[in-house]
Formats: sequence, C-alpha cells, structure tokens
Amino acid sequence: MKILVCITNVPDTTAKISFTDNDTKLNKNGVQFIIGPYDDYALARGVELKEQSGGCLTVLHVGEADAEPQIRKALAIGADDAIRVNADPQDSYFTAAQIAHIASQNSYDLILMGRESIDYNSGVVHGLVGEMLGIPSYSPVMKLDLDGNNATITREIDGGKEVLKAPLPLVLGCQEPIAEWKIPNMRGIMTARTKPLNVVEPVSVDDMTAPQTYQLPAPKGACKMIPADQAETLIKLLQTEAKVL
Amino acid sequence: MSVLIYVELDNSSIKKTSLEAVAYGAKVASQTGGQAVVLALGKAENAELEKAGQYGATKVLHAADGKLEHENSLAFADALVQAATQEGSKIIILSKSGLSDAMAARAAAKLKAGIVSGVTALPETNGAFKVTRAIFTGKAFATTEIKSDIKVLVVRKNAIEIDESALNGGSATVEAFQPALRDSDFTASVVSIEKADSELSLTEAEIIVSGGRGMKGPEHWQPLIDLAKALGAATGCSKPVSDLDWRPHHEHIGQTGIKVAPNLYIACGISGAIQHLAGVNGSKCIVVINKDPEAPFFKAADYGIVGDVFDILPKLTEAAKSLK
Ligand SMILES: Cc1cc2nc3c(=O)[nH]c(=O)nc-3n(C[C@H](O)[C@H](O)[C@H](O)COP(=O)(O)OP(=O)(O)OC[C@H]3O[C@@H](n4cnc5c(N)ncnc54)[C@H](O)[C@@H]3O)c2cc1C
Repeated sequence: MKILVCITNVPDTTAKISFTDNDTKLNKNGVQFIIGPYDDYALARGVELKEQSGGCLTVLHVGEADAEPQIRKALAIGADDAIRVNADPQDSYFTAAQIAHIASQNSYDLILMGRESIDYNSGVVHGLVGEMLGIPSYSPVMKLDLDGNNATITREIDGGKEVLKAPLPLVLGCQEPIAEWKIPNMRGIMTARTKPLNVVEPVSVDDMTAPQTYQLPAPKGACKMIPADQAETLIKLLQTEAKVL
Repeated sequence: MSVLIYVELDNSSIKKTSLEAVAYGAKVASQTGGQAVVLALGKAENAELEKAGQYGATKVLHAADGKLEHENSLAFADALVQAATQEGSKIIILSKSGLSDAMAARAAAKLKAGIVSGVTALPETNGAFKVTRAIFTGKAFATTEIKSDIKVLVVRKNAIEIDESALNGGSATVEAFQPALRDSDFTASVVSIEKADSELSLTEAEIIVSGGRGMKGPEHWQPLIDLAKALGAATGCSKPVSDLDWRPHHEHIGQTGIKVAPNLYIACGISGAIQHLAGVNGSKCIVVINKDPEAPFFKAADYGIVGDVFDILPKLTEAAKSLK
C-alpha cells in the first residue's frame, strides 16, 4: 500500500489576515502557519491505514521552504518521507499539475488531501489531480476503510451522506470525522529529523491565471442590542428594519 | 460564443442557488455578447427546466439518462465537457457546492481551463477577464485574472441580486442531450444513501437557526426547532455540538464545516469562535442570543440579545407565529 498525503501550509484559523506590497501579498508577519486542518484529517487517516496495511506514506507539499516545520510535523506524526515541490503556487491548477506529476512517477494506491485548503477554500485540487491522472476522485470523505484493493467511502452529500465502494487507486478530499487529529509524540519528533525530505523543482505549467490582488471586507456596523424582556420585538425589527423576514 | 451554466436538480426541481447561477450566467453572456445555455442532468419535467428562461437562459440541454439520476461528479464532469464542446462555450458557470466543485475541477482539467471557485460578484469583462472571490473563509477577497481560453467559475450564493418580481416571462427551449458516458466513470458502486429529504438544506436556506454548546444537550433542542419551524428555517450547529453527536454532522457550520450565506442567521448559545464565524460571515443579517454579554459573537452580529436561550427562544417563536 503506497499512500500519498498532500498538505497545505496555511495561516492558523485564528490568524488576523492582512496584506502588504500594495495588496499583492499576504502579510506573514506574526502569523502562525499550520498544516491545513482538513489535510491534518487526511494525514491522520493515512497514518492509520498505513499502520494497518504495513505500507508506506509519503507527504507532499507544493510550496516554499518556510513550510518545512509543518512538513517535519507531518513526518513526526507518521509519514515515512516527504517531497516538497519548490514553488510558490499561483493557483489550484498549478498545484494540481505538480501533484499529478509526482504521482505519475510513483504509483500510489491512495492520494489523500483535505477537502479544501483554508486559505483559498476552492476545494478543487483533488478533482483536478484525479482528472489529470485519469483516476476517480471523491470528496468530502468522512469515513474511509480499505479491504484489499477496494475502498469503502462515506461521503457527505447535501443534507446527508452516501456510502460508495470503489477500487483503488483513488484521490480523496477528506474531512472530519475520518480520523482524530494526531499530535506528534517525542519519539516521532526525534525520528522525523532524519527522515528524507526531498526538494524537487516544479514542472512547467501554462499560466491559467495572473497574480492576484487582495482586499479586506468592509468593517461591520454596530450590533443593535435588544433587552431580554423585549425579545419578541426582535421579530418585528427583522421584518421591518432588516427586511429579512 | 455561449456561456454554459450547470444547474443542480433536487427532486426534479432546479435548486434555488442554481437559478441564481443562471441569472449570473445570463448577465455574463450579455456582458460578453453571447447566449446563456443551461445544462441539467437527471430527471425533470420540461416545465420545470423552462423556468431557466425566466432567469435569462435561451436554451436548456437536458440529459435524462437514468445513469445520471444519481449524483456522480465523474460522469457529470464528462457531460459538462461534452456540452461545452458542443455549444462552443468559453465560460462555464456552476453554483458552489461539493458536487459543483468536484465537477468543475475535473472539467477544468479536461478542458485545460483556468478555474476559480468562490466567486462573489460578476466578472470584469472589459479587457482582461477578472473575477473576485472570497478567500480565507470570507476574511478577505482576491481578484484574479483568468488567462486561459476557456474559463470555469464556481459562484457563491448571493453573487448576484435577483429581483424575483422583475423576472421577464422568458422561456427557454429544452433540447434533449445525450452525452457519451464512459464506463470508467461508474467503477464505484453506491452502497447506501441516507438523506434527510424533508429537511431544508443549509446551503439553500434563506434563514438558519443554529445552536451551540449553550443549548446544553440534544434533549433541549426542541425550542430551537420550534423557532426554525415558525420561520421556515433550516437548523445548524457549532462544531462541538456535532462532535458530541448532539446533532448530525451535516449541520456543522464553520471553517471546518458547511459555509452558509442565508439572509438571516440566528445563533443560540454559540460563543462566536473565529472558526465558527468563518462559516457564517456571508450571512446578510446575524442575530446572536447569548447569556454572556462578552461573547465574541456580538461583535459580528447585527442584532443581539443577552439572555438565557431557553427564555428567549419561546418568545421569538410566539412572535414569529403571529407574523403569519
Ligand atoms: C482548527 C479548528 C477548526 C474549527 N472549526 C470549527 C467550525 O467549523 N465550526 C465551529 O463551530 N467551531 C469550530 N472550531 C471550534 C471553535 O474554536 C469553538 O470551540 C466552537 O465554535 C465553540 O462552540 P460553541 O460556541 O457551541 O461552544 P462554547 O464556546 O462552549 O460556547 C457556548 C456559548 O453558549 C453560551 N451559553 C451557555 N448557556 C447559555 C444559555 N443558557 N443561554 C444563552 N447562552 C448560553 C455561553 O455564554 C457561550 O458563549 C474549530 C476549532 C479549531 C481549532
């Protein structure tokens, strides 16, 4: 069983977002970076499946060197080795093309990643990778079990869930409760230091988009407080003032 | 040149968010001097599909193949690509959902098209083709130029204002469409589907009443459900609530759950952690009910009540019932 887990390196969920360089770059000053929370679920399940099947798990990140602490963390959690494609990806298409390139050189049975990154929230990389490799992709996956060469997948659908059985190889976008997030232990942290982290250069991909500019939303107005003993007046206000009823 | 819009069907009706996508696509078509063509996959009556005409579409391609009855992003992506090729569409539009993102992604890879998901407004089409989308779960926006010949846009709810009263009585012609389906799109077998049919879906709902840990336990949910019923609202919850199995997982709203954009979001006993706010910041109006005046959610709210949810909710339900 060969498993590839793709991780993003993103600002912590509580990070205050601001921009620099004329709103063309994220201001990384004072921002704590983490493995994307959805990718963390994918990684946790990947490690469990690897331990069950005695396979090997590679973690892949398309991005710059400042992500290496997060890549080491993934190694500490249980990945056997890591690949970093040394690039500053401009869009989902570029990222997917890099992942597909790496995957096409190694026949992975399972390619796992988060359902979406929490910086761009696009949720399209797994689909792009699947199509580029010509294999099925499913997302968002809440439960994943393997039985030989078949996967049983529980996928969230609008207002419910569906269970699918599909042969490997597969590309899956993961979310909770596929596994519990794992915290590296001391031994993991020690062994991670010597696990291989290979840095490779990106393959060239046609630019689908141009560099972007950023904006912050307009600040929110004040909250109108309604005394608890007049709670029922809220409904009228919602109807006549806010006009949402 | 045409703009192709994929509409999602739910119980043989076009989803509301998909009708919004049709209106959006029709606007883009008029900006770029083309026609708006709609693609529908699965069972639906012609009368239902013709509705797309009121939102500005001129034609609906309808593939009623039984194999497309069940949501299958692989086959749906193939159908979308074939429809785009047949119609010579350079712009493809879908309304953001799990299914649409998956289809759009696979179609974009097939068509070598630039894809932007989470679009919040109409594109700029004079000169460079530029779109704006929400990023960092609504904490910011990014404007991106799409340079590829074919462009795929996945649009968020409320990306365009629709004045229902001003819909022109237009009607679209419905044409049968027969995409060639590949066996490789059907290698997965569906073991089971669990779907709460009667429930209003959160992503479609105009009003959501949502509960947090302040609701104290699953056995105390009735007052919240009563208010939701009285308002015709869907019900949602915070992450700990679904983690504790007080409510089903598909109700979990926030950064790691469903992102919603209703007209009205009523938060009951939810503290307003940044990860929760990230899932609701697309709402037009936010009401917060919390016994703690310092709860961070009040900073993101339009209306607030400091008090016990179990006192407040019945009062609101009474008032809501007397509205109608
Ligand atoms: C990586 C990451 C991702 C996360 N993603 C999400 C996410 O997607 N969605 C999400 O919701 N959370 C998410 N969280 C969790 C988030 O940080 C908060 O822990 C969570 O939102 C808190 O839920 P809560 O408001 O229901 O509970 P609490 O924070 O416990 O708040 C309960 C609130 O109820 C109030 N209350 C109690 N009793 C009453 C009463 N009788 N009447 C009125 N008010 C009362 C209290 O004053 C309090 O404000 C995430 C966390 C992390 C680290």
